[in-house]
Amino acid sequence: MREITYAQAIREAMSEEMRRDPKVFLLGEDVGVYGGAFGVSAGMIQEFGEERVRDTPISEAAITGCAVGAAITGMRPIVEIMFSDFLTIAMDQLANQAAKVRYQFGGQAAVPMVLRAPGGSGTGAAAQHSQSVEAWVCNVPGLKVVIPSTPYDAKGLLKTAIRDDNPVVFLEQKLLYRTKGPVPEEEYTLPLGSAEVKRPGRDLSLVSYGRMVPRSLEVAAALATEGIEVEVVDIRSLRPLDTATLVASARKTGRVLVVHEAPQFGGFGGEIAAAVGDSEAFYYLDAPIRRLGAMETPVPYNRHLEAHVVPTAERITAAVRDLLK
Amino acid sequence: MSIAKDKLADMYEKMMLTRTFEETAAKLFTQGKVHGTAHFCIGEEASGIGVCAALQPQDQIYATHRGHGQSIGKGMDVKRMMAEFLGKATGVCRGKGGCMHIAELAVGNLGANGIVAGGIPIAVGSALSAKMQGIDRVVVDFFGDGATNEGSFHEALNLASIWKLPVLFVCVNNQYGMSMHVSRHMAIQDIAARASSYGLPGRSVDGNDIFQVYEAALQAREYVRTQGPLLLVTNTYRIMGHSKSDANVYRTREEVEEWRKRCPLKRMKERLLAEGLFSAAELQDIETRAERTIREALEFAEASPEPALETATEDVYAGEACS
Repeated sequence: MREITYAQAIREAMSEEMRRDPKVFLLGEDVGVYGGAFGVSAGMIQEFGEERVRDTPISEAAITGCAVGAAITGMRPIVEIMFSDFLTIAMDQLANQAAKVRYQFGGQAAVPMVLRAPGGSGTGAAAQHSQSVEAWVCNVPGLKVVIPSTPYDAKGLLKTAIRDDNPVVFLEQKLLYRTKGPVPEEEYTLPLGSAEVKRPGRDLSLVSYGRMVPRSLEVAAALATEGIEVEVVDIRSLRPLDTATLVASARKTGRVLVVHEAPQFGGFGGEIAAAVGDSEAFYYLDAPIRRLGAMETPVPYNRHLEAHVVPTAERITAAVRDLLK
Repeated sequence: MSIAKDKLADMYEKMMLTRTFEETAAKLFTQGKVHGTAHFCIGEEASGIGVCAALQPQDQIYATHRGHGQSIGKGMDVKRMMAEFLGKATGVCRGKGGCMHIAELAVGNLGANGIVAGGIPIAVGSALSAKMQGIDRVVVDFFGDGATNEGSFHEALNLASIWKLPVLFVCVNNQYGMSMHVSRHMAIQDIAARASSYGLPGRSVDGNDIFQVYEAALQAREYVRTQGPLLLVTNTYRIMGHSKSDANVYRTREEVEEWRKRCPLKRMKERLLAEGLFSAAELQDIETRAERTIREALEFAEASPEPALETATEDVYAGEACS
């Protein structure tokens, strides 16, 4: 199978959906000729024109609200927010408007829109351009939240998100944009709310999402040389959450470690831990459920400090060993 | 006057419906029959009804949290509005929105908004949607004087202006952002001047004169559908407090009384009589009919069932359930 990058996979998903449905369009800062701050929409304006690949002023609240209003009245907008940190500025439109329009109007309206935004540290962009904000949006009923870890997942999940009749927050991973993976030429979609076991194992379930998935797979591969078989579960979709796959994995291995890049306190890992702890898998656990998130700091600028605050392969490995004692 | 008589009758009836709706709603508060809150537009009716009278059925509006006049102006069913106010299952939003989120998409009311200035970018998006789909439609967004101090107002006007979208921005300047008088919350006299920053025309009218509002909105609508966005400021006054819990300590009784004399209903009635367009008996008939309509709406609402508890989890997501 051919291999393409995570960024190419996202571009293919948008382009295919725009060819399929004239109601789909992209708007955001510098998405046109510039091709997006991370090059995700490069070349799209040449195919679709400036009406459907729409450059906007630096006005995150207005462009997100604009997408809400377009979605209510028959279009299917995709908004690109340049860095997920800037969701703060769009948050009224996302949390108070997009998520609530349908409910507060008694089901009269739907808001079929996707808000794409890249998150994560590792690029030296410091505290306001490196956050992992998924927990902020996961506590809002009415929104769906997706974080893909591979090109294959990114394409299949984004196509589904664009076809979904609800607002979907699609959080991309800056450090994964250039990673390659197999993606078929043929059309496919992946359902939201479906986790995937990325590597099977019998000794411990390492549950993660986004950039921490490839890191978890590296740890699992290294431990396998010692005969420790770690199962890596990529939840992919945070809301809705596929608890069945999580619970089945926890039952099988009896040990659960949750890893994410966002700070641990109040992070989404608590929700994953609770989903396992509240289930019948509890009776199969041989150790407490453990979480590993970033340190409780903003993301620092210095390369070594930046790499230090997020879960490192060493800390993940140590946590696995500790749970297996 | 160049307005057809049946049009004038409709406008007068909607003014009466709005006033009676709100007076009835206020009474329900004092009787302890209402669980939530409401924001009354008594004294401001000419703004919403005058603007909506200038619209076509395919046009869409976004209302404010003080939007009963705007909603009735756009043709909403007062029975289902009253039922929504009482939180009943028959309410237009199934009892989930209340007055602050009242909406009826079928008549082009795309919803009142509880966030000051929150609806302005959304209206811009609906105007973009109309333009992209080739629909001949004007989208109207109502907001207050206070909203023009929010970032969303400025972002949205700029966006609509660069894209030349068919959106009419209507500022209902009722002189107060909750307790803060407009002279204290901004340093300019005329809110319409803010339009010039974004390269679009701004106009101010006497918002208590429905004829002036209507004529300005008619011209504005034509401008908006052919040229692009426009800011229309209707200068009026909020007679009631901000919400039911307002003790009115920030203004004098005399100030309120002064504005009561400029009541937009009274002014409309006086002019219709003075110009000999309606007899007193004709207007009395309209008033009686409006009172009966609201009485029937209240009976309908009070007789309606509470929503079933299981509906609390409905309408969160379109399509399938999502936990």
